[in-house]
Amino acid sequence: MLAQEFMRNALVAGSFVGIACGLIGWFVVLRAQVFAGDALSHVAFTGALAAAALGVDVRAGLFVATIGGGITMGALGDRARADDVVIGTLFAWTLGLGVLFLSIFTTNSSAGNGTAGVRVLFGSIFGLSRTDVEISVALGVLATAVLMALARPLLFASVDAAVASAQGVPVRVLGLVFLGLVGLVAAQATQAVGALLLLGLLAAPAGAAHRLTARPWLGLALSAGLALAAVWIGLTLSYVFPTLPPSTMVISTAVGIYAAAMSLPLLRRLLG
Amino acid sequence: MGGSWSSARPTSTGTMLTSSVFTGLSWNPITDGRALFTFPFMQHALAAGTIVAVMAGVIGWFMVLRRQTFAGHTLSVTAFTGASAASLAGVPVLIGYFGICGAGALALAAAAGTRRNLSTESAATGSIGALALALGFLFVSLYHGVLNGLDSLLFGTFLGITSSQVLVLLVVAVAGIAVVGIAARPLLFASVDPDVARAGGVPVRLLGLGFLLVLGLSVAETSQITGALLVFALLVTPAATAQLLTPRPLLGVVLSVALALAVTWIGLALAYFSIYPVGFYITSLSFAAYLVARILA
Repeated sequence: MLAQEFMRNALVAGSFVGIACGLIGWFVVLRAQVFAGDALSHVAFTGALAAAALGVDVRAGLFVATIGGGITMGALGDRARADDVVIGTLFAWTLGLGVLFLSIFTTNSSAGNGTAGVRVLFGSIFGLSRTDVEISVALGVLATAVLMALARPLLFASVDAAVASAQGVPVRVLGLVFLGLVGLVAAQATQAVGALLLLGLLAAPAGAAHRLTARPWLGLALSAGLALAAVWIGLTLSYVFPTLPPSTMVISTAVGIYAAAMSLPLLRRLLG
Repeated sequence: MGGSWSSARPTSTGTMLTSSVFTGLSWNPITDGRALFTFPFMQHALAAGTIVAVMAGVIGWFMVLRRQTFAGHTLSVTAFTGASAASLAGVPVLIGYFGICGAGALALAAAAGTRRNLSTESAATGSIGALALALGFLFVSLYHGVLNGLDSLLFGTFLGITSSQVLVLLVVAVAGIAVVGIAARPLLFASVDPDVARAGGVPVRLLGLGFLLVLGLSVAETSQITGALLVFALLVTPAATAQLLTPRPLLGVVLSVALALAVTWIGLALAYFSIYPVGFYITSLSFAAYLVARILA
């Protein structure tokens, strides 16, 4: 398995995507912003297709759209936590724009590149190039470093915003920076698991970690570890059974881990 | 009925350009208006769009009131899974839509039932949604034939709606609206203040479960026109606009339905005369209405 170059690329890029998603996802779940993460993943779709329709590099479109989207969402919402209804209306329209770009792109491109939309939506981790992997690793390291630097005040602001702001923690700015970071990770993960599925990597391992432990540092490590495990197991399964798409297997594994963590108390009650 | 439907759909947005749909605008309102109603497919599309818009307007108003937009989005995503699973299994697509959306509503209700706080609930909802999409993609890739139809499953099309489909949509919409209409008063009470409602003897949990099921039904309906990803344009945006404009329940529901209808009709007409997908027009029009209302309010 490791002899194949595409597989090595997928594993390296996937690992960094997994770690970044696991860490940032832990805060996303803590702050109950899973819906915002979902909306950002849809913004990623529109950004990538807008770039494709305009003939610009797809990665540029991805990053501009998701980071900009994250900051917009934070700015629109109350105390940098956007309201569900605002998010819903905004991203319905964003997706509508994405469809427009998709149709412009598919009608204009002479190559008849009809699968571009599918690749953006559901990822193409087995098709990553050397540069894609390098970018993915660099972004994973960057996002992790920024998040770790902000971790303590962000934790404070997330748990009790009122007390934190009384203590002089810049709650609003932190919220904006955080959503920008979520956007960065969303763009990074879009290339691996696709715009529609990255929510699974953000929410499921983090949800499981929150279920298993209330301690922040342990929870963060656990969340990253579970996301990493989901990526590795998913990729291996997809390699062994080639009919199963890799992104589906990664997300199914992640959700499986989450379901196992959720049913743990039930199991204990049945056994004991 | 629905089995042949997926093959009757356009293979991609690209084909819409060359198909007979693009008849162009003559700029004579009478001829253009008549052209809109000439073809059976367009009559079916308008009828289906009307039914779907009314249902989405009513149910969406309650959904926005209950702040269940995330649940609605997750259910709409399961509609995609249902349609692709049904295509793979060779059963009518409608069964897939309604079956899986109903199951999704039950799963969401179960996840919400064990909730301890907001964050675990949103993690559960997100995980269910991602799993549904992942499975949908799996079914689509196992069923090689439909990969080109993926765009229309996700983003909707108004082509190839049969008259029996319109009939099913009508029956489900009438049933759904009737249920919500009968339960409207306690549902309103339970949505606005669940604690007081519970103390007053209103079965809040049962109402919540019932509402999720009706929401599942209406999402399954809406996604057949707008596609699984754009359900929100009809379900959330008109309702959110209506709630910005008026706090009064009955007026709000009427306004929400009127907006959904207007957006659907104009969107279908625009899509008929242009080369761009109907989903783009419906989402953009409803978002424009929302923006105007926000500025006015």
